[in-house]
Amino acid sequence: MTDAIFTSATTWLLLAQAGVAPPVAAPVAPASTAGGMRLDLRTLILLGTVLGLLAAASIIGRVLRRSADTTLNPAMVKTFRSRVNAWWTMYAILIAGFLVDFAFRYVFRATIATVVLFGLVSFWALREYITMTPTRRGDHRTLFWTFFLFTPLQYVLVGIGSYCFELYTTMIPVYASLFIPARIAISGDPKRFLERVAKIQAGLLICVYALSHAPALLSLQLHYSNGQPWVIDAQGTSGSNAGLLFFFVLLVQLNDVFQYVWGQLLGKHVIAEQINSSKTWEGVIGGLMSSMILSMLLCWATPFSLWEAPCIALVVSLAGFAGTMTMSAVKRDRGVSDYGTLVQGHAGVLDRIDSICFAAPVFFHITRYFFSKL
Amino acid sequence: MKLTAAVLSLAAKLLSGATVRWFECQPDPCQRVYFANHTSHLDALILWASLPRQIREVTRPVAAKDYWNKDFLRRYMAKTFNALLIDRDEIKVHNSPIDLMIREMGSDFSLIVFPEGTRNTGEEMQEFKSGLYHLSRKRPDLELMPVYIDNLNRVLPRGEFLPVPLLSSITIGPPIWLEPKENKNDFLKRAREAVRRLKDI
Repeated sequence: MTDAIFTSATTWLLLAQAGVAPPVAAPVAPASTAGGMRLDLRTLILLGTVLGLLAAASIIGRVLRRSADTTLNPAMVKTFRSRVNAWWTMYAILIAGFLVDFAFRYVFRATIATVVLFGLVSFWALREYITMTPTRRGDHRTLFWTFFLFTPLQYVLVGIGSYCFELYTTMIPVYASLFIPARIAISGDPKRFLERVAKIQAGLLICVYALSHAPALLSLQLHYSNGQPWVIDAQGTSGSNAGLLFFFVLLVQLNDVFQYVWGQLLGKHVIAEQINSSKTWEGVIGGLMSSMILSMLLCWATPFSLWEAPCIALVVSLAGFAGTMTMSAVKRDRGVSDYGTLVQGHAGVLDRIDSICFAAPVFFHITRYFFSKL
Repeated sequence: MKLTAAVLSLAAKLLSGATVRWFECQPDPCQRVYFANHTSHLDALILWASLPRQIREVTRPVAAKDYWNKDFLRRYMAKTFNALLIDRDEIKVHNSPIDLMIREMGSDFSLIVFPEGTRNTGEEMQEFKSGLYHLSRKRPDLELMPVYIDNLNRVLPRGEFLPVPLLSSITIGPPIWLEPKENKNDFLKRAREAVRRLKDI
C-alpha cells in the first residue's frame, strides 16, 4: 500500500519537473497570477497520493470480496466497495475539471470547467431532493424556474468570481426565496402553502447555494493569515486554489469515514436513534479528532499554519456532521433510506455530498475573511 | 429517421431520469402488448425509449390521431416512433381500431397502449376501456404486459409545456392473458389491478 503511494507520488514529482509545472510568476507580485487554474507541485503530490490511496482501497476491496475465509461481515465489504467506487467518481469529476481548466488556463481567466461540473452535481442533487419531496401541481412552474434559472445562474455568478461576490451570496437567499412563494401564490393553490414553499427553498439552499461555495474557493486571492502572500518556493510561485478545494473535499469525505470507523469500533451512545442509528457520540468525537490530525498532516497544501488547520478542521467536521444529520432527517421524514432513485435502494448523489453541502459555506467564509484579499 | 429516434429517446431519458425495472419478466422481442397508466404526454415516448433497442424497433406506440396529426412537428415525431395513430372521432363497426391494430401488428410488431383512454388527472387510475379485452379476444396469443409509470406526471403534467427534470421510474410486470370464459368486466378489472399492483413493488 505504501509502495503504491510512494510510486504515484514520485511519478507526479517527475511529471511536475518535466514541464507540467505551472508558469513561474514574478517574485515581486505573486498575487498577479490569480485567475485561471493553477496546479502547483504540492497540489499534484496531494492528488497523486489520493490516487494511490484509492487504488490501494480498490485492491483491498477486491481481495476482501474474493477471500472466502474472512471474518468480516459481507455487507460491510459491499458498503466499503460501493463507497470506494463513489470516491473514484468524485475524484474523477474533480480531476477532470481541474485538468480541463488547466489546459485552457491562458484562454479563460475563470475556472469554468470545475464550476460547471459542480453545477451539474448540484442540479442532480436537487433533482433527487425534489423527486423525494411531494409537490403539488401548482408548484410546476416554480420548479421549472428553480431548475433552469436559479441553479444555472448561481453557478454563472460563481464562475465570474469575486467580482460577483455580493450577487452570488444574496441571489438565492434573498431573491429566489422571495420569488418562490410569490410564484406559488400566483399559481392559485393555497393548500399547504407554507410547507410547499419551505420544501423548495430548503432544496435550493442546500443543494445549490451551499454547494456552490466550494467552487467559489477557486476565485479567492489567497494569502497567509498574517497577510503575507501564499508563496510556496523561492521563485515566488503562489499556491494553488485547486489544491485548497481538493483539501476541503478530502477532509470532509474522510471525516465521514472516520466517524463511521470510530462509530463501528467504539460506538455506544447513539445521538438520535430515529434520525440516524449509526451516528454515535464516540464516532463523532473520534471523527473530529482524526480529522484535526489529518488536517495538520496535510496543511502543507494549504495556506493554513499547523495550529490553524486543526481549528478549521474542527468547524468543517462539525458542519459536515450537521449536514449528514439534517439530510438523514429529511430521508426519515419521507420514509426512504437513500436518495438514489425513486424505487431502488442504492445511494444517490445527495447521500454522498450532504456533508460537503453543509461544510462548504463555513469553509469558504473562514478562508475568505482570514486567508484572502477581500 | 433512426438518428432522430436515437437522439430523441436519449433526450427523453436524460430529462425523465427514468429507471426501468423488469419485474418477474424479461425483455423479449416476441409479440406483446404493453399496457400502462397514462399521466403525461411523455408516457409513450419514455416507455418506448426505455425498451432495449432490438425491442424498440418492433414496438409501436398506439396514439390518438387528433393529437398527433395536428402539426408538422407532431406528425414528424409520430413517424419517428413508428406510432400507430387511431382516429378517436370516427370509430365505426366495419373499421374498428382493434381491427386496425391487429392488421398493423402483423406477425412481428408489439404495441404500447394506454387503456385509460386519456390522461388521468387525479391520483387514482381511471377504469380501463374495453379495447384491451377485444384485442386479446381476437389475438389470444399476445402477451399482455402491465406497465406502471411513476412520477412522469410531475415531469410534464397535463396542460404544461415546460418539463421539470425529476426522476421517474417504469416498472414492467409479468404478462397476463385472457382466461377462457372470463367476462369483459372481470378481465379489465384484473388488468387494471395488474398495473396498480406494480406501484407498490
